[in-house]
Amino acid sequence: MMKEIIRLTVVLTCVCMVAGLALSYVNAATKEARAYQDRLEKLNALNLVLPDHDNEADKDIIEVSGVTYYLSMKDGAINGVAFESSSEKGYSGLITVMVGVLPEGKIKAIGILSQKETPGLGSKIDEDWFKGQYAGKTLDGANWAVKKDGGDFDQISGATISPRAVTAAVKDGLTSYAQNKMEILGGSDVIQ
Amino acid sequence: MSFSKELVKGIWKENPVFILVLGMCPVLAVTTSAMNGIGMGVAATFVLLCSNIVISLIRSIVPDRVRIPVFIVVIASFVTIVDLVMSGYFRSLHHSLGLFIPLIVVNCIILGRAEAFASKNSIFLSIADGIGMGAGFTVALVILGSIRELFGNGTVFNYQLFGGGYEPILVMILPPGAFLTLGLLTGLFAALEKK
Repeated sequence: MMKEIIRLTVVLTCVCMVAGLALSYVNAATKEARAYQDRLEKLNALNLVLPDHDNEADKDIIEVSGVTYYLSMKDGAINGVAFESSSEKGYSGLITVMVGVLPEGKIKAIGILSQKETPGLGSKIDEDWFKGQYAGKTLDGANWAVKKDGGDFDQISGATISPRAVTAAVKDGLTSYAQNKMEILGGSDVIQ
Repeated sequence: MSFSKELVKGIWKENPVFILVLGMCPVLAVTTSAMNGIGMGVAATFVLLCSNIVISLIRSIVPDRVRIPVFIVVIASFVTIVDLVMSGYFRSLHHSLGLFIPLIVVNCIILGRAEAFASKNSIFLSIADGIGMGAGFTVALVILGSIRELFGNGTVFNYQLFGGGYEPILVMILPPGAFLTLGLLTGLFAALEKK
């Protein structure tokens, strides 16, 4: 009986050890590739929402009250800022957006980083015509709600909840940016 | 029992999806497009083949009473390897399959083949069984994915098949479309088998 238990333990332990070794090897071997893909993804998202820049926007960052602000610079002066914002008011789960603004707070472009909305309905928030309507808007210069609620932004036919969530997320992000603008831009040169 | 017989049975006579009706969770969830079907199918086939080989190799040293934990450790390790490699080299596929890659661990086809086949047969036959079952699973996912993508989005592998004026039947790429398509195809397979 005792012998049997020892045998079971030894076999299971050996199998787990071999598995652990194999996994740590694969983890180490793919680490660089995964980090590269992560960075590529972030840079793509940033390039879509920021103006032309000559710095590495994912490295020139400043963190203010829990939000990371990515600074885009040209010739050493800040010409844009990007930040993430999210809303839980979507139809299914969190919607995360990336917002790019010019330093004074006017939106350059927005991108959808992650969403799990209904395919073919709510997922249309990722289409260009929808995202495009946020470009050029400012916090004070727009009515931040969908048209159905008396605001400025088109809803999607059959899906009002997802556009509402996106609008709320963008507005939240803009509000925090406006509040912390002085600290974010700091003493740096700014191109208006 | 011959190599070719074990290879072919998974595709038709014992098709894991349409005949054995195993592993329904990924079958229903990821088949919103033909490409997703291929990605999931290839990933599951890789895990199935590797776990069949390893389990067949160690079948004489693994005591009966710990065989299930051992199978799970072997399967989970290969799934993690697939997850890591896909995340490093096939990022967009990794995104669209998302949660369903780690869930290959609990795909009953893989544990089922380990228990019912690889733990009782030679490595040679286990390889045939793994490839055959994996191919059957992949073919089933691609058929399901193609039909759902065609009606739900008007495309197959992103090629526009119906003209631009086609109004997609949205329900086909939503969860109910998965059940409808699977039901019809399972019926079709059963009818064809009877003949």
